[in-house]
Amino acid sequence: MEKKTPLYQTHLDEGGKMVPFAGYLLPVQYPTGVIAEHMAVRTACGLFDVSHMGEIVFRGEGALATLNHLLTNDFTNMTIGRVRYSVMCLPDGGTVDDLVVCKFGEDCYLVVVNAANREKDYAHMAANLLPDTEIEDISDQVAQLALQGPNAKEILAHLIDPELLPQKYYTAVREVIVAGIPCMISRTGYTGEFGYELYTAADDGPKLWKLLRQVGAEHGLIPCGLGARDTLRLEAAMPLYGHEMNETVTPLEAGLNFAVKLQKPEFIGRDALLAAGEPKRVRVGLKATGRGILREEQTVYLGDTVIGTTTSGTFAPYLKQAIAMALVDADHTAPGTAVEVDVRGRRVPAEIVPLPFYKRG
Amino acid sequence: MNVPETLKYTKSHEWLKEEADGSYTMGLTDYAQKQLGDIVFVNLPMEGDPATAGEALADVESVKAVADVFSPVTGTVAAVNEDLMDEPQQINQAPYEAWIAKISDVTDTEELLTAAEYADFCEKAKG
Repeated sequence: MEKKTPLYQTHLDEGGKMVPFAGYLLPVQYPTGVIAEHMAVRTACGLFDVSHMGEIVFRGEGALATLNHLLTNDFTNMTIGRVRYSVMCLPDGGTVDDLVVCKFGEDCYLVVVNAANREKDYAHMAANLLPDTEIEDISDQVAQLALQGPNAKEILAHLIDPELLPQKYYTAVREVIVAGIPCMISRTGYTGEFGYELYTAADDGPKLWKLLRQVGAEHGLIPCGLGARDTLRLEAAMPLYGHEMNETVTPLEAGLNFAVKLQKPEFIGRDALLAAGEPKRVRVGLKATGRGILREEQTVYLGDTVIGTTTSGTFAPYLKQAIAMALVDADHTAPGTAVEVDVRGRRVPAEIVPLPFYKRG
Repeated sequence: MNVPETLKYTKSHEWLKEEADGSYTMGLTDYAQKQLGDIVFVNLPMEGDPATAGEALADVESVKAVADVFSPVTGTVAAVNEDLMDEPQQINQAPYEAWIAKISDVTDTEELLTAAEYADFCEKAKG
């Protein structure tokens, strides 16, 4: 039986088409449809319910040391109010999850994880705590809304002094009041677009949603579902756990080197990543040059040789182009390389292209 | 939901129109296009291909999913709507005008529903 987010009734009222996802019932799209929702985020603004995401708080004098032990990124010189992306590895270098860490105090961090991995992550974290560290899963107490698009700031300015908003990408403000509702706001997102993520008490979620919808209408704001969230992140070449990486794919294979600090003296998975050396397969972008839509789990050929498998694929609404990401042999990653993808028995010509497919102008 | 009285329907959500010359024109219903969402690609058969009642004739892809289009009749593909290659969204905009294929030399048909029967079938599918 799927769980409901605090916004469940709101989605029904908005005409959302509800589907099961990561153990929750969530809207895959609203009556406007995926393409209109995708385009709203690129050109105006979109509002997403992402309350399914997991939130785990780390507290105590050992919190920093524990995060540096558990995660591949380095949190040593992080200042309060910063947000940092990281990967969490198994001892063999495989990926447990990818996540973001917000620093709220010298001994207090909020870690935001994928909904599908929440329980697995908590167990892995709890089993690997260093002394003087406490963790708490607060996911069920939190509603999370993502306000994404170039008009996001003007929309929020109706409800809060814009000077109180986080000013830089990957920063957060812990306690601000949005039209009477206490929120944590970060300048983050999963769309490749300018935007914010707002965290509030579960009970306040529907009220915050309605307020944003009211003031957002004149700025082109529409509600967006999981379909647009996936096409947006894919266009921006953001990896999705279970697709671009999993427990058998290392963060280096997934091209997440920027979040893996091998120069750190120690973290879980470091020895295995160092021993493995340069990855033998890496994540690349593909663009269909023939007719067809590339999807996940399709074989990539160079001539008659199998060089890899797609991990995600879709029709990209803003680029108006079939795109995919794939894990391919490290020898065949040069942009411009002509390949073929097996689309249900039909070979569709494609080309390796640099990532991301879309970068905000 | 739009279900024109003059057409016949299949349980796999194709519409079928019998033409004066005995050939059939077919496409996807309004219900089908709503279920699929924004259609971004149509993989059409070739003129001259055999069509078999109940078997896949074409496929359509929405942003998120791919769906087979089944032939309601057995015969030969006499024409395909090539406009859909450039404008697949016509199926969303006008499902009963955006025909997919015309089939001639028809020797067999699927179990076909009247408009009233099809509307009833869709209501039940919605639960």
